[in-house]
Amino acid sequence: MGKLLAQLRIALGALALMLVFAISSPVSAQLQQQPSNPNPTAASVKEEQLLRELQRVQGRVSIPDSKSGVLEQPQGRDWRHFHEVTLRWIAGIAIVGMLVLLVVFYLARGMVRLESGRSGRRIVRFTAFERLVHWMTATCFLVLAFSGLNITFGKVILLPLVGPSAFTTWSELAKYAHNYLSFPFTIGVAMIFLMWVAGNIPNAVDAEWIKRGGGIVGHDHPPAYRFNAGQKMIYWIVVLGGTASAITGYLLMFPFYATGIEGMQTAQVIHGVVGGLFFAAMLGHIYIGTIGMEGAFEAMGEGTVDLNFAKEHHRLWLEDEMARVGPNQSQTQPVASPAE
Amino acid sequence: MARMKFLCDADRCIECNACVTACKNEHEVPWGINRRRVVTINDGNPGERSVSMACMHCTDAPCAAVCPVNCFYTTADAVVLHSKDLCIGCGYCFYACPFGAPQYPKVGNFGSRGKMDKCTFCAGGPEADHSKEEYAKYGSNRLAEGKLPLCAEMCSTKSLLAGDGEIIAQIYKERVAKRGYGSGAWGWQTAYRESIAT
Repeated sequence: MGKLLAQLRIALGALALMLVFAISSPVSAQLQQQPSNPNPTAASVKEEQLLRELQRVQGRVSIPDSKSGVLEQPQGRDWRHFHEVTLRWIAGIAIVGMLVLLVVFYLARGMVRLESGRSGRRIVRFTAFERLVHWMTATCFLVLAFSGLNITFGKVILLPLVGPSAFTTWSELAKYAHNYLSFPFTIGVAMIFLMWVAGNIPNAVDAEWIKRGGGIVGHDHPPAYRFNAGQKMIYWIVVLGGTASAITGYLLMFPFYATGIEGMQTAQVIHGVVGGLFFAAMLGHIYIGTIGMEGAFEAMGEGTVDLNFAKEHHRLWLEDEMARVGPNQSQTQPVASPAE
Repeated sequence: MARMKFLCDADRCIECNACVTACKNEHEVPWGINRRRVVTINDGNPGERSVSMACMHCTDAPCAAVCPVNCFYTTADAVVLHSKDLCIGCGYCFYACPFGAPQYPKVGNFGSRGKMDKCTFCAGGPEADHSKEEYAKYGSNRLAEGKLPLCAEMCSTKSLLAGDGEIIAQIYKERVAKRGYGSGAWGWQTAYRESIAT
């Protein structure tokens, strides 16, 4: 019995000892392992993971320029493809396509003549102030358009012709012109919006005008008020396109005021696409205002149009004007050729 | 010819900013412009890492591709340089650069950018080596003297390596093999479309 008890005691003691070892051994193994094989990288930030999850690597810098805390943002590569390939195709097709269209149309249709000839009596169409605003905006637009196209197409078309030094001189001047003339242009767009918005709200007459194709082909003259549906379209392209160009342009001109790099890349994408399409649309506007239609340029040039021009293209507007001032008022005058 | 690269061993960088100071002093970089900077990610938390970053002199550099006046060129050592005579300060290289390397002095009104300035890998510019004009525009030309970029040369922990890509990659690989860990060559995948297998 005593012998059995002693054996039990030994067995229990061995078990307890084994238990103690069993508990303590992993701890001691850990303690021994740590200094010999540490891996700080396992717990550290990883570039690949950050780029995958956030598309950028950003941290803190001790220099005052806090925006330089962005260490890496590879999306510039996508933007590069847009700027070097996509934008060239979009703007190129829009502009060249429009030019081809206009040339073909001119050859096929020629200048739209005044069918009833000139009456010799004229009516005021645009006041001096309206023309001033129009031409200020138009002049700025052309400078902005060519200096802008230079940024996208200059190095492909112009650089090989004039050489790097002359191209830089021109491009730097163009850049300054683009920056500074944006201000009068934006003011011009805002004034155009306020000045003509009343006459450019789409209405039922426009639907009829569009249904009859604006009388572009054939000898049809669908009625129109002061602005027909085509002109209204140009108006809204100018107002909306101008606004989009101005907003995105100022984001680029004032870097980091409102957006970071990604915002500026997006702004440039919108600015480029809108600019290209805007320019193409304006080519159409310039065409119809000059060689496309007899008597049209006089409206913005001298401010008056021939009564027959108004009758053919803006009948409802002419009727309103006549009713307002009477047919024999000073609004319409016979053209007096100056005495030699 | 060598293919010059930078490599920052993030497990060694202690954010002392000596590279930043060395660069500014060596090239007399104007106030407000930093060709090199040290970015600390996850600052103050366990696992934070600091990376010294400047122009990485990318393969098929996006800055050069988008420049509207083609003012960039690549040297025989694959260093990406630009001509300040041709630069018009439009800011496009900054939109394209993955590393925020291009810097612009603020001149004139609003956000008007002056001629772009960036890390030259201590290789000057298109002017004659060691000429006054070159120094004034781009800083010193250590490469022409047979020296490597000063930032890496005086890095206190030898975290920042500069030189032939294959040689610095080999040095980094040996380090990683010996110490048993490494967070990889930061920016290499983006800049050179390759990483260092460790």
